[in-house]
Amino acid sequence: MSMFWTIWISVITLGTIIGCFILLRWTLANKTGVAEGEGMGHVFDGIEEINNQLPRWWTILFYVCIVWGFVYLALYPGLGSFQGLLGWKSSNQNIQSLEESAQARIDAKEAGMLVAYDRELDRAAEEYDPIFEAYAQIPVEELAKDPEAVKVGQRLFLQNCSQCHGSDARGANVGFPNLTDDDWLYGGSGAKIVETLTLGRQAAMPAWLATMGEDGIKETVAYVLSLSGREQTPEMEALIPAGQTRFAVCAACHGMDGKGNQMLGAPNLTDNIWLYGSSERSVTDTLVYGRNGVMPSFKQTLGDDKIHVVAAYVYSLSH
Amino acid sequence: MSEISQAQPDYNYKIVRQFTIMTIVWGIIGMGLGVFIAAQLFAPALNFDTPWLTFSRLRPLHTNAVIFAFGGCALFATSYYIVQRTSQVRLFSDKLAAFTFWGWQAVIVLAVITLPMGLTTTKEYAELEWPIDILIALVWIAYIINFFGTLVIRKVSHIYVANWFLGAFMLTVAVLHIGNSMAIPVSFTKSYSLYAGAVDAMMQWWYGHNAVGFFLTAGFLGMMYYFVPKQAGRPVYSYRLSIVHFWALISLYIWAGPHHLHYTALPDWTQSLGMVMSIILFVPSWGGMINGIMTLSGAWHKLRTDPVLRFLIVSLSFYGMSTFEGPMMAIKTVNALSHYTDWTIGHVHSGALGWVAMVSIGSIYHLIPVLFDQRAMYSTRLVNVHFWLATIGVVLYIVAMWMSGVLQGLMWRAVNADGTLTYSFVESLEASKPFYVVRFIGGLFVVVGMLVMAYNTWKTVRAPKGSIAVEPAAQAA
Repeated sequence: MSMFWTIWISVITLGTIIGCFILLRWTLANKTGVAEGEGMGHVFDGIEEINNQLPRWWTILFYVCIVWGFVYLALYPGLGSFQGLLGWKSSNQNIQSLEESAQARIDAKEAGMLVAYDRELDRAAEEYDPIFEAYAQIPVEELAKDPEAVKVGQRLFLQNCSQCHGSDARGANVGFPNLTDDDWLYGGSGAKIVETLTLGRQAAMPAWLATMGEDGIKETVAYVLSLSGREQTPEMEALIPAGQTRFAVCAACHGMDGKGNQMLGAPNLTDNIWLYGSSERSVTDTLVYGRNGVMPSFKQTLGDDKIHVVAAYVYSLSH
Repeated sequence: MSEISQAQPDYNYKIVRQFTIMTIVWGIIGMGLGVFIAAQLFAPALNFDTPWLTFSRLRPLHTNAVIFAFGGCALFATSYYIVQRTSQVRLFSDKLAAFTFWGWQAVIVLAVITLPMGLTTTKEYAELEWPIDILIALVWIAYIINFFGTLVIRKVSHIYVANWFLGAFMLTVAVLHIGNSMAIPVSFTKSYSLYAGAVDAMMQWWYGHNAVGFFLTAGFLGMMYYFVPKQAGRPVYSYRLSIVHFWALISLYIWAGPHHLHYTALPDWTQSLGMVMSIILFVPSWGGMINGIMTLSGAWHKLRTDPVLRFLIVSLSFYGMSTFEGPMMAIKTVNALSHYTDWTIGHVHSGALGWVAMVSIGSIYHLIPVLFDQRAMYSTRLVNVHFWLATIGVVLYIVAMWMSGVLQGLMWRAVNADGTLTYSFVESLEASKPFYVVRFIGGLFVVVGMLVMAYNTWKTVRAPKGSIAVEPAAQAA
């Protein structure tokens, strides 16, 4: 902020408060030309006004608030770029990246600034990090047997994951996987769950309408549904052999047997578990438009140690 | 009504009558909508899976209807009445007055149509899209010209204190509305704000808080300064207090907006200034309450017999309570607990229902007999019934929201020994549910009170002129 704006802000701010003070002093002295307790002499539609003195307790309250205002503006940032005597800040401002944020933390500490957010983070780190560091030493599969750790993991899950996967972790048929059924898109080992949480996942089911045409889509749907032994109309069943031929392109990811590929996150199509719903309509939509499921990375939000505990909770759900 | 006025000027009461009746009509609609969406919060099925019946679309309609339709009509009615009576002159222009009435009603009807359709700028209390904003600005400028024009041609030497407040309210609302609503239209029903990011948020709450400060406070203080001394038949307590609290109030209120943005991307210095000014503001705010309540000194006994006066005095008590609560909530440490919780909703309603609605209702009960050539309302007993319905309703509402709000604030910040949050958001919602039912019941009381008022008004208006006798108990001194 330039000096001009600092002066501008300070003059208007202090001017307003000092103005209130002068107004109060001026009104306290009786300048009306009428004795106190008497009427002012003007009548409006029958309403008179009396020249009474301001209540004493109210006047004192006004002084106290004005003085308090000055004290606060001396201690805390308020008057433009003046930082206040305490060197207090809510957070490091004008930060554009994590690197800048880390640097700003160091700079603020060196300058002796009191950055409230940094202080809170430091205090939390001091108090809670040892707990999570201890958990991080135990393999996920082992940790999943520790009821206390699972409870901690569940709380983190409820705060961070339940928005998509649901409070009961059963997901939703709109692309949020059920985490309790031991059916895994990218693998269900402790290490794989940690990997999913740390790096996130980006699924890429392409759209096939342009390549297959409407008939091709219909045939493929018939075949895909048959993989999990679904009952279909005779018309659809007649399309299955043609669909099987079409499936050759799908097999690149989902495998010739349709059992999927966890390396690619390609779902198993034979187990009758459906990420986007099991109706013919939604399987058709998947083929026509493709699907681009996104699991965000939690590395920055939770950090490695907390991810470890969340992974233990998720692992415990199906074990 | 003791004073027999010596040859009263031929006041324009038609415009006052129009706005007064519409105040009651919009009050019932706006508050009724509030009760309906309050029910949706514990029984979500009440949105009937219909987009225009959902909470998200009806909530802005509720706020617009109570603030600008109910509150706005009350302000138009009383300000046109007060400025004529205290200036001893007819309105500057009857044509402009009629334009403000029909223009304002058009604005409200357009709000009733567009908001449920989902057409919104998304700015709180300024949701209406740009063509309606332009209409508002035109009506408002006509209002200002008419009001100040009347002051210019006044027949008394001084300008009465009620008119200071009303004038300040009008001028500031014009600046706020035009400043905040600046937008770039992309179609007839869609526009984008001229401001971006934190600046947009700051503009919005500069507007938003002063909608409270100037529309809902200064305007209604103007109303108070006329109807309290008039109904009590007593002089205003302190002329000097009215000077100091008027100037301090209007110069401090305009700073208070940033307290809506504590702990956000708003720079620290702006947050500090918003907090400091909000807290100093507490004192001049109470100046108005003191001046109103002390005006009653020597006439306290009238409270026992006059339910209209009771409305006015209880409104001042709620005013005092919410203007203490507001500065307290503006303190950052308190705000950390209260912000985003139902406490805010409770605070707003102690102001809106306790202060704004009650002072308006009291003033209207004073006005209707004057406007329709009667000596009193059709039934003073029903006024009393309305008073108790409103008071009980408001208290139920506020207390429920206080408890729900503090509970939410505490649940959201509760932390386990391992640093994880104790409750998930949905658990705090479950905890709030019983209070939502109590809030609904409170709102129902208020709306039933408004229906009683409508019936009483209907009977008063329909009765042959001068036929209603003053009940001995309600006789003004």
